[in-house]
Amino acid sequence: MGITPEELFKEREKRVLDAIALKKPDRVPIMPHFSFFPTKYSGFTPEEVMYDPEKLWKAQWKTLTEFEPDMDNSPFGLRFLGPLLETLDFKQLKWPGHGLSPDVSYQFVEGEYMKVEEYDAFLSDPTDFMLRAYWPRIFGSLKGFEKLPPLRDIITYSIGTAFGFGVFGSPEVTAALDALKKAGEKSLQISQYSRLFAEKAREAGFPMQYGGYSQAPFDTLGDYLRGTKGAMLDMYRRPEKIIKACEKLLPIMFEVAVNASKVSGNPRIFMPIHKGIDGFMSEEQFKKFFWPTLHALIVALINEGLIPCVLWEGNCTTRLDIIKDIPEGKALYGFEATDIFRAKEVLGNRVCIRGNVPLSLLATSNPEDVRAYCKKLIDIVGKDGGYIMDSAAGFDDAKPENVKAMFDFTREYGVY
Amino acid sequence: MNETLINLMADLQEEETLSMVNTLIKEGGNPMDILSDARSAMEIVGKRFETSEYFIPDLMMAGEILKGISDIVKPLIQGDDASAKKGKVLIGTVAGDIHDIGKDIVTFMLDVSGYDVLDIGIDVPIQVFVEKIQEFQPSVVGLSGFLTLAFDSMKKTVEALEKAGLRDNLKIMIGGGQMDDEVRKYVRADAYGKDAVAAVNLCKQWIG
Repeated sequence: MGITPEELFKEREKRVLDAIALKKPDRVPIMPHFSFFPTKYSGFTPEEVMYDPEKLWKAQWKTLTEFEPDMDNSPFGLRFLGPLLETLDFKQLKWPGHGLSPDVSYQFVEGEYMKVEEYDAFLSDPTDFMLRAYWPRIFGSLKGFEKLPPLRDIITYSIGTAFGFGVFGSPEVTAALDALKKAGEKSLQISQYSRLFAEKAREAGFPMQYGGYSQAPFDTLGDYLRGTKGAMLDMYRRPEKIIKACEKLLPIMFEVAVNASKVSGNPRIFMPIHKGIDGFMSEEQFKKFFWPTLHALIVALINEGLIPCVLWEGNCTTRLDIIKDIPEGKALYGFEATDIFRAKEVLGNRVCIRGNVPLSLLATSNPEDVRAYCKKLIDIVGKDGGYIMDSAAGFDDAKPENVKAMFDFTREYGVY
Repeated sequence: MNETLINLMADLQEEETLSMVNTLIKEGGNPMDILSDARSAMEIVGKRFETSEYFIPDLMMAGEILKGISDIVKPLIQGDDASAKKGKVLIGTVAGDIHDIGKDIVTFMLDVSGYDVLDIGIDVPIQVFVEKIQEFQPSVVGLSGFLTLAFDSMKKTVEALEKAGLRDNLKIMIGGGQMDDEVRKYVRADAYGKDAVAAVNLCKQWIG
């Protein structure tokens, strides 16, 4: 009798959870972010999978069952976006078939989506700002919401009601409401596929990595609201405002994670780090602007029983001593270009480490070099547990034989 | 040379720097001298970046201050202020990739370091690189890219330059998110630079 999928599911989950708890699992777990790799691996284009959920399913399923990671991700929330974003006329991404050629991954469009003079509006009522200023800017189809009055002004028959609803009859707002309805249908479709994928994967013995998504408050502000340049300059020109905005975003970033986790029933929260990396700000700025609210968020999520899975993108070697300050064995730190061996020294008894086979190695080198790199990772970072094998970041372009080498070698050599 | 002005700007004191420039102009100061001091300050900024005292936000802030100074003094300068440029550099983000933050910083740092820089934008088709290089005739080409998809775009761009017979007269440097020396070998470029100051140093080494 072979092992059942249900037993496999438990075995895989235990392997990862043991590593996160800084214990020694039966072997080094391996779980990458496959990103757009499955698409090309299955002979589809990124454009095809962004619009065709069946092709996306097929590609991810093939990759999942052939490589057998200890945990995977449902690809729908971050791939099957074409119809929804098209409906919303979304401005913050260009994607294959919409501003980019069919064979490349989607990319973010940098912008100052919240203007300097809008800090106060955001601080006083973020929801009102999002609805009437930010949404119309990032969703072309919701431009009509610019016409809305502050909805908080509609209080009772004599205050707001009599005239306040008139604008909902205007052509602009009606068009936006129609777009919302259509977006609702597309969004539900993504949710259904996503849930179904997680179910089927479970039946086949594979847990999902994440049940929710969050970010450092500074990143939310710098990525989506103020833009990279805006956020960087704000640290000099209006330091109090940027700190206040991060504090305002903290409970929001907590709430999105907790709510998503409740729906998915999965406690692991993915948190990619963008603007806090080495080179993107000084250590002093990191301590002043970036870390306080991120630290508070990580601790709050842990206290809520969730597991923050932070991906420290870029190089964060100079941050290691600072980011060490979190509860022991309760989170996961992935590293991209950070000196991961130094990370093991500094963080080894505090937080599980994950990474960091370079994408350049996976894309341009050969299986022998990949195995050599993985050996070093397992020997040094994997010593005594608390380590998960992964690529340095999500990969789109990698030679399948190199990916296979990373998996096969980890399964053979990574046994404790 | 005005040490106080140079130090204010090198320390990124935006308001104080600009107010001093305004005062100097009001008192009949020479706009060319002010620009020259700003360039000296930028050299200090570059050195501080190289020694990891300054980081990207500092470069951006220095850029903003420089822009503020230029806005004040440039209208007062007759004709072209261009001091003799050191050499030509063409830069662009390769096909398929739309990222520009890194490329813009490199362009800015090369420009203030005295190079004649032509920035041909983002998602630049291979053929456009070839044509622009033929027209502009740079000594150095910078290929920028943030994503792994840029590996193959860079490789194909370099191959196209080889095919067009342009490669021998060019030094090619690459940089951006996922780039490293592995990628440099793969795309057959001459050098990989990890940041904007590395790009300036490569140009100094190649052009002077």
